Amino acid sequence: MTSRLLSGEADWFDAGRRMAAGEASLVSLWGDEGRMRLCLREADGGLAVVDMAVDRGAFPSIAALHAPASRLERAACDLYGFLALGAPDGRRWLDHGRWPLRHPLGRRAPHDGAADPYAFLEARGPGVHQIPVGPVHAGIIEPGHFRFHAGGEAVVRLEERLGYTHKGIDALMRGANLARGAELAGRVSGDSTVAYAVAFARAAEAALGADAPPRAHWLRGIMAEMERLANHFGDIGAICNDAAFALMLAHCGILRERTLRAAKTAFGHRLMMDVVVPGGAAVDLAPDGIAAIRALVAEARSTFPKLVRLYDNTASLQERTVGTGVLAADLASRFGAGGVVGRASARDVDARRDHAYPPYDALTFAVPTRKAGDVDARIWVRILEVGESLDLIETMLARLPDGPVRRALAPGGGPGEGWALVEGFRGDVFAHLRLAADGTIARCHLRDPSWLQWPLLEAAIEGNIVADFPLCNKSFNGSYSGVDL
Amino acid sequence: MRDTLLQGLLPPLTEAAPAADDPELAALAAAVKDAAARTLGRSLAIRHVDAGSCNGCELEIHALGNAFYDIERFGFRFVASPRHADVLLVTGPVTLNMREALRRTFDATPAPKWVVASGACAADGGAFAGSYAVAGGVAAVLPVDLVIPGCPPSPAALMRGLLALMG
Ligand code: SF4
Repeated sequence: MTSRLLSGEADWFDAGRRMAAGEASLVSLWGDEGRMRLCLREADGGLAVVDMAVDRGAFPSIAALHAPASRLERAACDLYGFLALGAPDGRRWLDHGRWPLRHPLGRRAPHDGAADPYAFLEARGPGVHQIPVGPVHAGIIEPGHFRFHAGGEAVVRLEERLGYTHKGIDALMRGANLARGAELAGRVSGDSTVAYAVAFARAAEAALGADAPPRAHWLRGIMAEMERLANHFGDIGAICNDAAFALMLAHCGILRERTLRAAKTAFGHRLMMDVVVPGGAAVDLAPDGIAAIRALVAEARSTFPKLVRLYDNTASLQERTVGTGVLAADLASRFGAGGVVGRASARDVDARRDHAYPPYDALTFAVPTRKAGDVDARIWVRILEVGESLDLIETMLARLPDGPVRRALAPGGGPGEGWALVEGFRGDVFAHLRLAADGTIARCHLRDPSWLQWPLLEAAIEGNIVADFPLCNKSFNGSYSGVDL
Repeated sequence: MRDTLLQGLLPPLTEAAPAADDPELAALAAAVKDAAARTLGRSLAIRHVDAGSCNGCELEIHALGNAFYDIERFGFRFVASPRHADVLLVTGPVTLNMREALRRTFDATPAPKWVVASGACAADGGAFAGSYAVAGGVAAVLPVDLVIPGCPPSPAALMRGLLALMG
């Protein structure tokens, strides 16, 4: 990964303009003590971090130049109490007014905890009506509020309001040691616990100029692909279930459960939580782990192709997924959307390949893309990625190096900064870590891929019928906790 | 091919019902068990509320519906509205941004009702205890009848807890 650190007003504006012109894409934007920071991805894949000093509590808005930065910027302003000059949307994002204070990471100010009003964007026209949904939803899902404006059956405008699961992770990180930081990072979005743990560990290792032993990299790779498998199986089943095709959910549910059981046997935890740590892995692969994972791969290879044929041959199911929830390629590209959402709309991006980190730097695999950008395309990208992950797992098991799985990191090895971009099942997870002189965490910023995908769901649903929202939403499968932090 | 696929579900994968073998869980459950059995018979409608979880807990609650655990065979049903629910299954540390929604969901649930706090976060805030943004567990907001420990509780642990609750 090539990376540069720039700072100053000229670089800040230049970054905003180049992102707006499509010459670079936004990776993340966050606050830190006395400054705002942004990370962008150059056309050649290199990352650059740009700093902007906050002057008298204010900084020039990036969202004013490049809309995809808006929610990240609003979140940073809530947490630090900064003012984004010229921002197109001044509403608070994470702060609903319910906390006993304002600006938890900046100059704290007491607050009475009375909820702030929130003005939703309007849509007017004959027969246009509002449908408020959430934060408590009808299924077993995370909380968030969706405000629909509908004309008859069709969605005229959807506006999301998130932040309900805000746990204050950034503040809990401050002053924590790396072990505690890893525990928190693994709980930002539980379905991506491995991806977050790897991103955090890699950022910590980069900050300390250390590296994990080779075997640990390969174990991390195996865990990351198992996490991808478990989530893709679950999502493929759940999307089809939202199109009232429950059989697929039943079968995919079996594959998902088998994946979690293999993970439990191999690594001691069904979701593989707390297994990846800075310096390597907390445990080695259990003696019967290899057999368990091989059995899983064999079962998936025999069962999954039949499910794919079933999906492909069921016209009533395709009728619901083809042409539904279309995300235009130019919009996906403008937002720099990664993961399944980006790749199903023609974006050829994958951090495993583009920022080749071990073990992927020693592996070859395809990055499937689709052009249609509809629910069907997002299902197909998942289907094809399952095949790649099965191949990768087999290869990694066959080539797994011997040796230790963990290297002790020098305590108090700060100060330093490190960052990492890691491909989770949902897309690229970005971790940026700043360590204090005593080696504790001064600032840890974790950016879920959903930040750049949620706003696109608002666009993809437009013109679809309200009843297709669950189907579209599930095909995006954004993380609520991941963006609420 | 449809037949093959349908048959694929037939050799039963279903796990035997787990015993309520955790003494602490059994003790907690004993307090509510008689009332649950008397009032509800062997059927329990569950409304899940995510009060700020990391979504790990939800994944395992979902797994209760798969062919291995098939929780409906015990009379448990997940319902879409609190108005249809006997039990609120609450996950997460109860973020302050969700506290009112959780309370309102509780108020909308008709009595008799039980509250199950599921997972380390729901128990006492878990990894997020002490944050400015969380109430620090379900008991800080609602009367809790049963705590199911775990991060996240496995489907087997969830089943043990719910079975114990039913008596
Ligand atoms: S108990 Fe664990 S899995 Fe459940 S919400 Fe809390 S951190 Fe996530």
